[in-house]
Amino acid sequence: MTDTPLAISLRGLTKTFGKVVANDHIDLDVRTGEILALLGENGSGKTTLMNMLSGTYQPDEGSIWIRGRRVNIRSPREAIDLGIGMIHQHFKLVDVFTARENILLGQKGRSAAPDEIVGRLQLSIDLNKKVYNMSVSEKQTVEIIKVISRGADILILDEPTAVLTPQEIDALFDLLRLMKQEGKAIVIITHKLEEVMAISDRVAVLHRGRNVGSVQTADADRFLLTEMMVGRQVGLSIQRAPMQAGNTILDIHQLKVLGPEGQPELQKVSFTLRAGEILGVAGVAGSGQRALCESIAGLQEIAGGSILLDGKRIDGLSPREIIKRGISMAFIPEDRLGMGLVGSMDIPDNLLLKTYRDQPGVLLRRKAAREEAQEMIDRLDIATPGLSTPVRKLSGGNVQKVLLGREINLSPRVLITAYPVRGLDIGASMTIYDMLNEQKQKGVGVLFIGEDLDVLLSLCDRIVVLSGGKVTAIVDSKFATKALLGMKMTGLATDKEDAYA
Amino acid sequence: MPDKRMHGGFHVVQRGELPQLKTWLYRLLAVLGALTTGGLFLLMLGFSPFSVYGTMLRGSLGSAGMQKETIKLMIPLCLTTLGVALAFKMRFWNIGGEGQISAGAIAASYFAYFHSDWPSWLLLTVMALAAILAGGLWGLIPAWFKTRFGTNETLFTLMLNYIVLYLITYLREGPWRNPEGGFAMTPRFPKQARLPEVMFPGVGNIHIGWIVMFVAVAAMFVYLRHTKQGYELTVVGENERTARYAGMPVGRIVMRTMFISAGLCGLVGMMQVSGPDRQLTDAVANGRGFEAVSVAWLSRLSPIGIMVVSFLFSVLEKGCSMMQTEFRIPASMSDILQSIILFFVLGSEFFIQYRIVRRKEARL
Repeated sequence: MTDTPLAISLRGLTKTFGKVVANDHIDLDVRTGEILALLGENGSGKTTLMNMLSGTYQPDEGSIWIRGRRVNIRSPREAIDLGIGMIHQHFKLVDVFTARENILLGQKGRSAAPDEIVGRLQLSIDLNKKVYNMSVSEKQTVEIIKVISRGADILILDEPTAVLTPQEIDALFDLLRLMKQEGKAIVIITHKLEEVMAISDRVAVLHRGRNVGSVQTADADRFLLTEMMVGRQVGLSIQRAPMQAGNTILDIHQLKVLGPEGQPELQKVSFTLRAGEILGVAGVAGSGQRALCESIAGLQEIAGGSILLDGKRIDGLSPREIIKRGISMAFIPEDRLGMGLVGSMDIPDNLLLKTYRDQPGVLLRRKAAREEAQEMIDRLDIATPGLSTPVRKLSGGNVQKVLLGREINLSPRVLITAYPVRGLDIGASMTIYDMLNEQKQKGVGVLFIGEDLDVLLSLCDRIVVLSGGKVTAIVDSKFATKALLGMKMTGLATDKEDAYA
Repeated sequence: MPDKRMHGGFHVVQRGELPQLKTWLYRLLAVLGALTTGGLFLLMLGFSPFSVYGTMLRGSLGSAGMQKETIKLMIPLCLTTLGVALAFKMRFWNIGGEGQISAGAIAASYFAYFHSDWPSWLLLTVMALAAILAGGLWGLIPAWFKTRFGTNETLFTLMLNYIVLYLITYLREGPWRNPEGGFAMTPRFPKQARLPEVMFPGVGNIHIGWIVMFVAVAAMFVYLRHTKQGYELTVVGENERTARYAGMPVGRIVMRTMFISAGLCGLVGMMQVSGPDRQLTDAVANGRGFEAVSVAWLSRLSPIGIMVVSFLFSVLEKGCSMMQTEFRIPASMSDILQSIILFFVLGSEFFIQYRIVRRKEARL
């Protein structure tokens, strides 16, 4: 292995954003014909590092060598000229164009023919299909063909599996292996250990912006990698609190929600949530999770069906009317600073969001909120420089603690959480799971929209699987497997009766 | 061989948080830089910047009489800025101050011309209330359209300005024209419709507007910091989605805030016609609605800052009219200097957020 030529060498790469050191003197080598997994938690600096390779960012310090030549990559264009192709998490495709048009877009006759690449890599894709008709994995394939046609022999994939089903992931990995045999250098950014073990030859682990070491995948095991990733020993097991399920609190019946363009986002969605249970919602990103949460919380209009809370209909009510009727429902949205909190305000002011209206008179009193904030900082161990620090300056985990802490303090009967641990490190995630379990044991009905199937299986009592806006299964997590969930997530269930196991 | 010129080099890096004191130092430096640039400009015109600046200071603050004129300029500017800044705080770009001032002035003038038989206290109160209402309603139009149809308030408030401005011209030349005068002018206000003057300590008698101004600054401070409504409009401005999530009636908050914002501008209109102008003219707003936008930005929407900046702008304006008489430099120099200052101070924000560094190299 060591005698293969180096595709990429990075030395001392440093990038800061204000006070935040995203990359701290990182050294890294990638060889041709190897798949390197760049592993790290969210916020550890993986994407920043790769963005410096793809010309999006300029390093503050340090140097880059590509195939032994020192280079200065000042724009994505220069990166492409050097044969570096990055496949971003969010695809950059023109929806109304076909795959072929997208691939040829902006190329001046120097590209390899798309058909040739499709044949060589044994891809099953219709190049004449319009992008808006494509599934997520097809779009990803188009992106890959696009960068290869531009002559890329260094491929960087940023969390390519986040939006794929297990079956699609397998297909992607087959493709990556094929390209590796062609002698391409491949870097795959991920925070999922299973994928590292499955696909990579070597792993480099980033932790808080530093490269904490590289190991051959064959010599690594999950616990070693986890330790490197979080910088300390962590128990990987999530406890499922014993369930004493009570009555049905939330009853979703034949719910139908339309998107902004009139396309159905949810169809015939029915399920119930009982007091004292955690009900998981599994599904590929974009299967209607957001519409589900927001329609229950009164933030999105519904087009049909009903939502009953304690037997009373709440659909059609705005958040304001829901609060006015004394219905205690808490909602932790997925984009915490985009909805739920005000980033530029401090913790006390954010705590006031849902209670300020109860204060008598026209003046706003902050004393109680300040005390509540201090108490919450101590109890939940929120790391903050002070009470008056704007919440956007806190780390993701601490922001989530503020939001969850505020909602729990309102003693809700129903708690809706959308991806509550997204972007959080393992320690903070465990705290959040503990908080959810605690609520469950208090008799709160918790709806948990999740992405990691392992977490869903070990934390939730039952799991609803969404696929393309429809419920494809409702399973007891004690008897469910990842493979089953994965299959239901693709919507492959042929037999409808069978789906409601 | 690596090309030395190609690697390293300067580039822009985001800074961490600068201490408060340092950011103000940067802004102060920007103002000094602006004055220097203005000075070079004067030098090019063949004047000594020092004597021109000296004259400006003397002309605006040199005597009680000068100070009085400066304060009279400051009153409408400060109040208008308080008004537009309130909307800005909600990220509602009200650049319709001109129109709202004019609407207020028309409403106040109506009562001054047609109800001059009322006792002065009643007449003035009604004039003030009518002006607030007229200005406020004029501001509600774009607010309503924005909440209902999502229209762009910048364009909307701007275009509404011209409607009222030309309405004044129409009134002056038509129905409200002074039959006794040769020119197309409105009649002077009767005595009862003029604002009383109150002693400003150390300066002399100025129309009661200066008290209104100080009260308004204090009220705005309290309103933004310590009332539920101020909290609501801040949340709506910072993050509308969160406001909806928290159950805030966003549409109502937008309309309410815009009514107060425009109402304050309307009140300025009443105080101008009834104070210094004593009649309705088309120069009642005189560009203050736009100048207020600059003042609001420079003061970062803080009520105290608004008072300070509008004072400095008034010094500049008054000083420049003195400069005009003494040096025969056109008074537009005032606008040029204001623009240069604005340019420099807004430019300094770049250096507050970023710094320029040279990249260090590493070896393989």
